[in-house]
Amino acid sequence: MDLLRFTTAGSVDDGKSTLIGRLLYDSKSIFEDQLEAMEESSRRRGDENVNLALLTDGLKAEREQGITIDVAYRYFATPKRKFIIADTPGHTQYTRNMVTGASTANLAIILIDARKGVIEQTKRHSFIANLLRIQHLVVAVNKMDLVDYSEEVYQKIVQDFRNFASRLDNIVEITDIPISALNGDNVVDKSENMPWYQGPTFLYHLEHVYVGGEENHVDARFPVQWVIRPMSDEWHDFRGYAGRVAGGVFKPGDEVTVLPSGFKTRVKAIHSPDGEKAEAFAPQSVCITLTEEIDISRGDTLVKTNNPPQVSQDIEAMICWFSNKPMPPHAKFVLRHTTQETKAIIQDVKYHVDINTLHKIEGVDSFSMNDIGRISLRTATPLIHDSYRRNRITGSFILIDPGTNETVAAGMII
Amino acid sequence: MPNYHLSNLDQLEAEAIFILRETAAQFENPALLFSGGKDSIVMAWLARKAFWPARMPFPLVHIDTGHNFEETMTYRDEFVELIRASLVVGSVQESIDQGRVVEEKGPNASRNKLQTVTLLDTIEKNQYDACLGGGRRDEEKARAKERFFSHRDDFGQWDPKNQRPELWNLFNGRKNPGEHFRVFPLSNFTEMDIWMYIQRENIPLPSIYFSHSRDVFERNGSLLAVTEFLKPQDHETVTQKIVRFRTIGDATCTGAVESTASNLDEVIAEVAAARQTERGTRSDDKRSETAMEDRKKEGYF
Repeated sequence: MDLLRFTTAGSVDDGKSTLIGRLLYDSKSIFEDQLEAMEESSRRRGDENVNLALLTDGLKAEREQGITIDVAYRYFATPKRKFIIADTPGHTQYTRNMVTGASTANLAIILIDARKGVIEQTKRHSFIANLLRIQHLVVAVNKMDLVDYSEEVYQKIVQDFRNFASRLDNIVEITDIPISALNGDNVVDKSENMPWYQGPTFLYHLEHVYVGGEENHVDARFPVQWVIRPMSDEWHDFRGYAGRVAGGVFKPGDEVTVLPSGFKTRVKAIHSPDGEKAEAFAPQSVCITLTEEIDISRGDTLVKTNNPPQVSQDIEAMICWFSNKPMPPHAKFVLRHTTQETKAIIQDVKYHVDINTLHKIEGVDSFSMNDIGRISLRTATPLIHDSYRRNRITGSFILIDPGTNETVAAGMII
Repeated sequence: MPNYHLSNLDQLEAEAIFILRETAAQFENPALLFSGGKDSIVMAWLARKAFWPARMPFPLVHIDTGHNFEETMTYRDEFVELIRASLVVGSVQESIDQGRVVEEKGPNASRNKLQTVTLLDTIEKNQYDACLGGGRRDEEKARAKERFFSHRDDFGQWDPKNQRPELWNLFNGRKNPGEHFRVFPLSNFTEMDIWMYIQRENIPLPSIYFSHSRDVFERNGSLLAVTEFLKPQDHETVTQKIVRFRTIGDATCTGAVESTASNLDEVIAEVAAARQTERGTRSDDKRSETAMEDRKKEGYF
């Protein structure tokens, strides 16, 4: 079975949780006991209809305030596909969760309230989806029932959005669908209220959209995670390198270079408890043995000799700031990249991006929560990396505040 | 160009193995929490694969309520042997004897909640800094918000409103002394994925997952098994039924379902057609609307 990971983004009250609830409800992915519990809560709260948002709003505070605070992961399957939904909140202060959900998604749903049209949050979320290299967008224009199912209103919103999105260079494909999550129009079943709309329903599109592998199958990269040494009689001299292929394909006999040391050797075998494998590709987790004994440890990376990555201590990157404490100028951080951890110092803040206009704001030297911008930083040890555009795994990093251990920023290498 | 495409199960396996290895690498003294239920069985199976041909570099830890189905205990010892793991047992009975916890009273008394104290004591005594758990996000609404690497403060508590963002393959396991992590490698598995994986890998399971004849009685909509730890009240009638269990927990709060599914194929067909969630059989989740969140904040599995 195929797997599609998507993320939903929207503003407060534009009905995102209701849409997901509707999707699960109409595709019969909600169980009877969940429905009973929901009906019971709705009744207690005095809601007129069953409040489908209660299905995703799992935490106490969320139920009390009627808003989504944290990323919730939802699962459902149809005979065509299994789906993982990262349901992310639309509040300004929780943008970090939107970035989190987007980092592992193949597709993003941008939800727009038909009465409000394209607003700041819509642009912010689209920009983040693009920044994190999500190639497929679904623009769901919701609450069509509240604008009398007007085609004119819908077309204007679609046009406004396309005008904005033409500047988002990573987006490969956009599909627009007019829906009413509350009433179920065009979610799973085709709406009788919008005969002017000839396109697919929301679920049909998710089931059929072609999503090419996000993995890079060209540049062979294997960050070593753990060294396996059984020290047993049976496996006396066994020394295997465990990790998850971050890009490309490895086969026994391939010449590889160990970075950062630069030693060259060959792949002897690719092991698994089910027997040796003929090849390993992203995102498989495997164990590789080499023909020569070389000193290799966690944080080192095996690459094919004829296709090396960048190896550098000076990094240019776009970052998104998560912490509610602003970044001090020339701050020092712990940087995590693949299986490597090193120290990093911010050398320069180049600019912020105004997410409404996509204009650069220069002359800034710090970051506050939700700021997105370009920096240059220097690391204590070289990063074995590719650009994020080329490889999401070897091109991404997080910054950790060494004082609080909090993850304060996410970075994408340029 | 060859088709470099992984199926849903292969992707889940690769992800879980990555998380298990990351846990071994980032922490000094991890442990794998093993209940004898299907999720922790799958997790332990994946751990065997992740470090093969070496043994897994952490023990299995079983928090024993003393209220077990006998079949689970027999199975536990055989399985531990099969995957060449070592076993550490934390006993709720011992916590009661030492006065660390007080046994609940009344017909609905359960040791489920008491486990949290024994679990936190076991973690502290052995100084585990990361505990691998078999929790899945599709199980329950509070679990849906859980991270792979989930921080616990020095009282073992979870703060769901202040979780660290998790991006890509990057997991931040940094902590201060006294704090620890719960790690959930099976986060993205669904109940169906677990069953399909068990079938694909041919993993042995405790017999009570399959249909058998048992004396049961009904309480609060659950079919509970008559055991030495749980007796029916006067107004409750005991009948013999053909049942199986969808989840395995403490014998006092895990309900059975009527079922004739006697092998994996039949169980999978039944799960696919089920209209009740598996935790619908767990009376411990029905104590309040946010029962799971409340227990998790305290340090529950």
